[in-house]
Amino acid sequence: MAAPPTTTPGVPTLPVTAPAVSLRGASVSFGERTLWEGLDLDVPPGEFVAVLGPNGSGKTTLVRVLLGLLPLTAGEVRISGRPPRRGSPSIGYVPQQKALDPDLPLRGRDLVGLGLDGHRFGIGFRGRRERRERVDAALAAVGGTAYADAPVGRLSGGEQQRLRVAQALVGGPDVLLCDEPLLSLDLSHQRTVTRLIDERRRAADTAVLFVTHEINPVLPLVDRVLYLVNGRFRIGPPEEVMTSEVLSELYGTHVDVLRVRGRLVVVGAEDHGEHCHEESA
Amino acid sequence: MSELLGRLFSFEDIGELLGVPFVQTALIACAVLGVVAGVLAPLIVSRGMSFAVHGTAELSFTGGAAALLAGVAVQYGAVLGAVVAAVVFGVLGLRQRERDAVIGVVLAFGLGLGVLMLSLYEGRASNKFGLLTGSVVAIDTANIAVLSVVTVLVIATLAVLYRPLLFASTDPDVAVARGVPVRMLSLVFSVLIGLTTALVVPIVGAILVLTVMITPGAAAARVTANPVLATVLAVVFAETALLGGIVLSLAPGLPISGYVAAIAFLIYVVCRLVGSRRRAVSVA
Repeated sequence: MAAPPTTTPGVPTLPVTAPAVSLRGASVSFGERTLWEGLDLDVPPGEFVAVLGPNGSGKTTLVRVLLGLLPLTAGEVRISGRPPRRGSPSIGYVPQQKALDPDLPLRGRDLVGLGLDGHRFGIGFRGRRERRERVDAALAAVGGTAYADAPVGRLSGGEQQRLRVAQALVGGPDVLLCDEPLLSLDLSHQRTVTRLIDERRRAADTAVLFVTHEINPVLPLVDRVLYLVNGRFRIGPPEEVMTSEVLSELYGTHVDVLRVRGRLVVVGAEDHGEHCHEESA
Repeated sequence: MSELLGRLFSFEDIGELLGVPFVQTALIACAVLGVVAGVLAPLIVSRGMSFAVHGTAELSFTGGAAALLAGVAVQYGAVLGAVVAAVVFGVLGLRQRERDAVIGVVLAFGLGLGVLMLSLYEGRASNKFGLLTGSVVAIDTANIAVLSVVTVLVIATLAVLYRPLLFASTDPDVAVARGVPVRMLSLVFSVLIGLTTALVVPIVGAILVLTVMITPGAAAARVTANPVLATVLAVVFAETALLGGIVLSLAPGLPISGYVAAIAFLIYVVCRLVGSRRRAVSVA
């Protein structure tokens, strides 16, 4: 199980302990094609890092590396000081919302429970009481107790994503890996999900890696941005990375970053990014 | 009309018939079968594999027909056909669209081939259609032994793999992210389906395998979302359909498949009605 948080909740901390995520000279290539190389990144506990970039820039690959599903071509990766491995309890995973069969024989609490021990073999008769308590606590933390016994396929997208957050957090992870969790959610549900994630990282010092194509819903929470474009990347606070100069350099073309009523609008990037992706694919 | 009903539903000498050894063998076989089929059904439904099971059954028929033609025991052909088919469908993974088309193509080819081989077979005619419509006479004590071994195998495998299998069946994306060997499980599950299908085919017939392997699971899923309860209910439903089917078919001397299918369907309809009520309550 995950080590208990060693720092005072709610107080911003420096990485005195092992960083939650650590990448050193990390590279991934498939044959000739290098997705990214020389990636150095330390994410201390409690930090919120947004991972941005056009399609095909290697965001999903980074997720797979951290989940232990894909080895690095070169370099080193550590999750709480240890190499990532499949089914590791130190990492929680929140996927994007997907429609589920309304007749799927699975309740909200089962979905959350699978996040705790779904990868284990055996029936799991031992520790049933403790398991139930943990699942109940995770459900309560996301306000999902009311529909814990409802069929998951009949819940709204927002309710399902709350359960997803509970499913990711039930194991007490050091790192929360979110892969486009707001996609296809309406604005109010987006807010709920981001609020839950933010609460958790403040309360339990959980590091958050938030993969998204749209930074605005999480902009107020983001400590740093990792922006990936065709093998190039930039890491830094949003106000340093999300500028016309930096993005123009990354994309290798003229890109404008505009601030409109507190929102960031990037003009000229996605199209070009897609175009490059097609060429290199 | 009443004559027809009289022919369909008769309990003449039922006590005596239930005492006949082959009937008792059939009852035991069906009781065992109900457990395996019921345990697998909710997972099959969760994985959206109904069509794959149907395809597996048809290819089990093809295998049986080939065995008949080759002069080998039909059961071996049926098992081989079913397991090969199930593994092929299992390898296709969970991508529904692609899988459906491939199953349709293979199923049609297999069925055609099976019919052709049956036509070429010059033995007893009752052997020909037993595989398609099933018969309780097909069961002997040797079958019961095989049935029991397979049942123990399936239940033991499920006991070990239940949680990852449930994870992979209901939530495949996150299961992959959590390191669950989804592909391997898909293969293992397919073999279980193949084995079970091959056992069901001689009894209820290739065309009606779904009444035992799918309907109980689909019915259970309408009334509960609790996976464990769904499994228990599916077993109860499968037992009711199979054992009820035998009892009802005895006196009229008709194939059991029709009765099994009718009971299973009735259970499904009732579950749908109960389920729609449940939804109305939960919304209010």
